Amino acid sequence: MTAGQLAQADVRPSPAEADPRLPGAWRTGLARGRLEIIGFRREKEAMAFIFALPAVLLVLLGTIFGHQAAAEGVTVGQLFTAGMMAGGIGSTCYQSLGISIATERDLGVLKRLRATPLPPAGYFLGKVIQVLAATVAEVVLLITVGMVFYHLQLPASPARWWTFAWVFVLGSVACSLLGIAASGLPRSYRSAAAVIMFPYIILQFISGVYVPFTSVPRWLQQVAAIFPLKWMSEGLRSVFLPAQAAALEPAGSWEHGRVALVLMAWIAGGLVLCLTTFRWRSSRDG
Amino acid sequence: MTGSERAIWVRGLRKSYGSVLAVDGMNLEVQRGEVLALLGPNGAGKTTAVEIMEGFRRRDSGDVTVLGEDPEDAGRRWRARIGIVLQLGTDRGYELTVREMVHQFAGYYPRPRDPDEVIELVGLTEKAGARARSLSGGQQRRLDVALSVVGRPELIFLDEPTTGFDPEARRQFWELIRRLAADGATILLTTHYLEEAEALADRVAVLARGQVAAVGAPASLAGRATADASVSWQAPDGRRTVRTGAPGLLVAELARDLGGGVTGLTVTRPSLEDVYLELIGASR
Repeated sequence: MTAGQLAQADVRPSPAEADPRLPGAWRTGLARGRLEIIGFRREKEAMAFIFALPAVLLVLLGTIFGHQAAAEGVTVGQLFTAGMMAGGIGSTCYQSLGISIATERDLGVLKRLRATPLPPAGYFLGKVIQVLAATVAEVVLLITVGMVFYHLQLPASPARWWTFAWVFVLGSVACSLLGIAASGLPRSYRSAAAVIMFPYIILQFISGVYVPFTSVPRWLQQVAAIFPLKWMSEGLRSVFLPAQAAALEPAGSWEHGRVALVLMAWIAGGLVLCLTTFRWRSSRDG
Repeated sequence: MTGSERAIWVRGLRKSYGSVLAVDGMNLEVQRGEVLALLGPNGAGKTTAVEIMEGFRRRDSGDVTVLGEDPEDAGRRWRARIGIVLQLGTDRGYELTVREMVHQFAGYYPRPRDPDEVIELVGLTEKAGARARSLSGGQQRRLDVALSVVGRPELIFLDEPTTGFDPEARRQFWELIRRLAADGATILLTTHYLEEAEALADRVAVLARGQVAAVGAPASLAGRATADASVSWQAPDGRRTVRTGAPGLLVAELARDLGGGVTGLTVTRPSLEDVYLELIGASR
């Protein structure tokens, strides 16, 4: 080794001896989560279509139909609020992740992250933090709209709060995993929003979000029952509506067991889909 | 030669897509601290070869060692030692600022540079508070470089970094590359601009049809420094041009014969472009 190389070696020690610690998933994930939230809030399309739209639609639908009675002591506005909460969770979880990851993949953002030592878990933790913050804010917004316009009552018993908690968690996780899996469908960032939103808008019509579930034809109810959204909205109705509203359900009762079962099945299926199909590069990139 | 003095070592690299052979038995060595330009026409296999070295693609056969490891199974610690400027690193739609992004990326590495110094290094200090998507093409490329060097990489890959730049932006970018090289980083640069290779590279490797057709310093590539020169001058009966392996002798003879002044004398060796075109033409 010459003196010149020795001098160079002195200014560039190998990282192994200088600092063996690579930043881990928690540290990088928390930092990413913070910036993901900032980025989401600055993006006008995301704020308008993903965050604000469910509340706007709730006010609109409620204004048109809201004060009709759906059953004894239950207004259509309250039905809509519970359904729109499920729709809102799908919006901030499924739609948000599906569109943002498809766009990041197409524009090479994911590939560039892959070129760094960022652990994949750090990337996903950042997404989880952003999605969780947006979803909690979405639900709070919709509850507020429901309380102000439609006399929605907060859950009165610990049992109802518990149902609220597990429906929220299972529904958010299922929708998030489906969003990550669906992010592989759009061919380019230009088509991402359309491809992700198209099936979801249809699903909201048949799952009791935009239209009371009782008004949906029986065969479409059965189609909706395949997907998680119908079960999320049923679970949330059981939290926010009086007990007698159970009579409006197709089964005539709150099917908590089936709600949990279907959502958990989608979580398992969504996880398998994500693990088997997730790519860091766009398909156009080979 | 020990492995630690060699940043990249490639032997017999092959990669095909279906029936198309993109890289066909490529050999390459890059020394530590060196700037090597991989030159070749579009479709010569530059990006494929570089993406294999970066660990983004799997090879069909051959041996590849980058910073002492096989890129196919190198981990995060290896990633922390290399910096990659992708061909299509673009941040359209990104609402974060330059400063936010560079600080963010610094947090992925064990020994990052000071993010604000890196922003200064790439000349984006005045744009530090601007959103990434509002930057011009050249500025976005500088941001790409900032993101890829903030981790203090030992080896930097730059894939056609100045494509689409105007001449001034290209010269500014070259200055940035020179500073990174002066800092001690090894740089592998792909380009199809000959003047870029000539301006930046210690050595040039010409890639044609998936193979390295020639490798050497830009001034002596493919025997350029010793190739026949054209000596041309204004003789009393018109302009004359002679190709010779010993131009010095010829010029001395001319000076003697013509009594000192040789009107319109030029001595030219093949340009890098001449050599390059011959190399990629010959292999077609």
